[in-house]
Amino acid sequence: MFDSLTEAVERAESQEISLGELALRTEAEQGLRTRETIEAALTRALEVMRQAVKRGLPGDLRSVSGLVGGDAARLAHPAGPLAGTVFTDVLASALAVQEVNAAMGVIVAAPTAGGAGVLPGVLLGIAKHRQVSDAQMVAALATAGLVGAVVAVRASLSGAEGGCQAETGAAAGMAAAAGVELLGGTPTEAAHAVALTMQGTLGLVCDPLGGLVEVPCVYRNATGGAMALAGIEMALAGVRFPIPVDEVIDTMGEIGRTMDVRYRETAGGGLAATPTGRKLAKERLVQIKGKRNETG
Amino acid sequence: MVSILDIIGPVMVGPSSSHTAGACRIGLFARGLLEGEPESARIELHGSFARTGTGHGTDRAIVGGLLGFFPDDERLRESLELAARAGLEVVFANTRLRGEHHPNTTRITVRRGRQEAVVTGSSIGAGRILITNIDGFAVEVTGAFPTLVFVAQDVPGIIAAVSTALAQQGDNIATMKVSRRQKGGDAIHIYELDQPASARAMEVIRAIPALSMIRSIPRIA
Repeated sequence: MFDSLTEAVERAESQEISLGELALRTEAEQGLRTRETIEAALTRALEVMRQAVKRGLPGDLRSVSGLVGGDAARLAHPAGPLAGTVFTDVLASALAVQEVNAAMGVIVAAPTAGGAGVLPGVLLGIAKHRQVSDAQMVAALATAGLVGAVVAVRASLSGAEGGCQAETGAAAGMAAAAGVELLGGTPTEAAHAVALTMQGTLGLVCDPLGGLVEVPCVYRNATGGAMALAGIEMALAGVRFPIPVDEVIDTMGEIGRTMDVRYRETAGGGLAATPTGRKLAKERLVQIKGKRNETG
Repeated sequence: MVSILDIIGPVMVGPSSSHTAGACRIGLFARGLLEGEPESARIELHGSFARTGTGHGTDRAIVGGLLGFFPDDERLRESLELAARAGLEVVFANTRLRGEHHPNTTRITVRRGRQEAVVTGSSIGAGRILITNIDGFAVEVTGAFPTLVFVAQDVPGIIAAVSTALAQQGDNIATMKVSRRQKGGDAIHIYELDQPASARAMEVIRAIPALSMIRSIPRIA
């Protein structure tokens, strides 16, 4: 795959194809898998994403610790200024997937399990309000995969290495590019959407209570979706971010490498280290340990 | 090289690709080493696996792997109960393994009848694993290929005999590693294959007198 998003955009623009189409062609040309195999895998991923949203929306699931669950269902009755729009559907879908993840349900890591709600949240939220074919959705997933591959090479996709900016932040960047192409935007617009989204998630720390993928991860997937929508909206309106997208991604990597270890999934800082964060983690972990002794 | 399927995937039971999907694959590898249903397992959890493993379902994921479930199998959630029902006796212990280990590491001892296998594996991110020790031999196995494992006496001609047996059946070798604990001592051989070793090749390999613990382990990733 590519190690520069700018280079990928130039290639796609010169061939007059989308980034998703470029990703599918490039991967097939590199010879590891056929195009059919890749499309079949992405089609399955799409189906698993749909099922995860469906499974999470009713709100009857609880996480392993019992700390999260039921919030996706609350978004079924939105009461704010954006009620009933793509915005609230993106939040609901992102929460739903992440609640399923926390309850040991089946999800697609995209790029990781901890950030798995953002991409389906954005794509399925948009699809609910627009006529979108499965083929377009699969191409959008390929777009997201291309962006994620660039981030993996230039920066990181691991909260333990780079904080939450590398998980939900990267997922938001991936979702922004995918969303732009789903809505008919150009590769250049997709790249600006990535830059506009990820400039907003730079520095985001990974501070899960008790080290569990629950709080704040579930909610960060929803706000990650919101960040992607902001990037999509600005890019499609013609906003151009002054710093090239590759440099924004490099910045994320640099911030991650110099981020204090307390903010890299160790539960040593941030929300995890607040008095309430510590108290909740202690109570819940004791409870889980108790459960294990009964069954194991 | 990063594939778009490394980014969009794997399809897996949550909540953590490293603590759940990777852990499950280490369990699957241990099961593969036993070539059948384990009757008992001692699972030692090291580092982050010991600290936050329960909340991430690491215990359930490893036991699910021992039962033959893959990372996308929803039965992982109930694996402890299913193991009890299947007569698989499981003991957990937190440990601090000696030497350098990835924070997400487990050592699993599985038994069936008189057979025993001890495997140490690390979950190195995004659901990928690295098996670092098998029965006291230092190894590096990813499980991304069908894997042929055996222990051989330190005599000449072993590699030629095994690779001939594979080649005659058209089984292609992707990678090969040999390591021994000391000169003149037994060596462990690890062959990663493009396709699982054919039954005929395995028959020939099993008949080579200098070999023991011959295992054909399916692809687990």
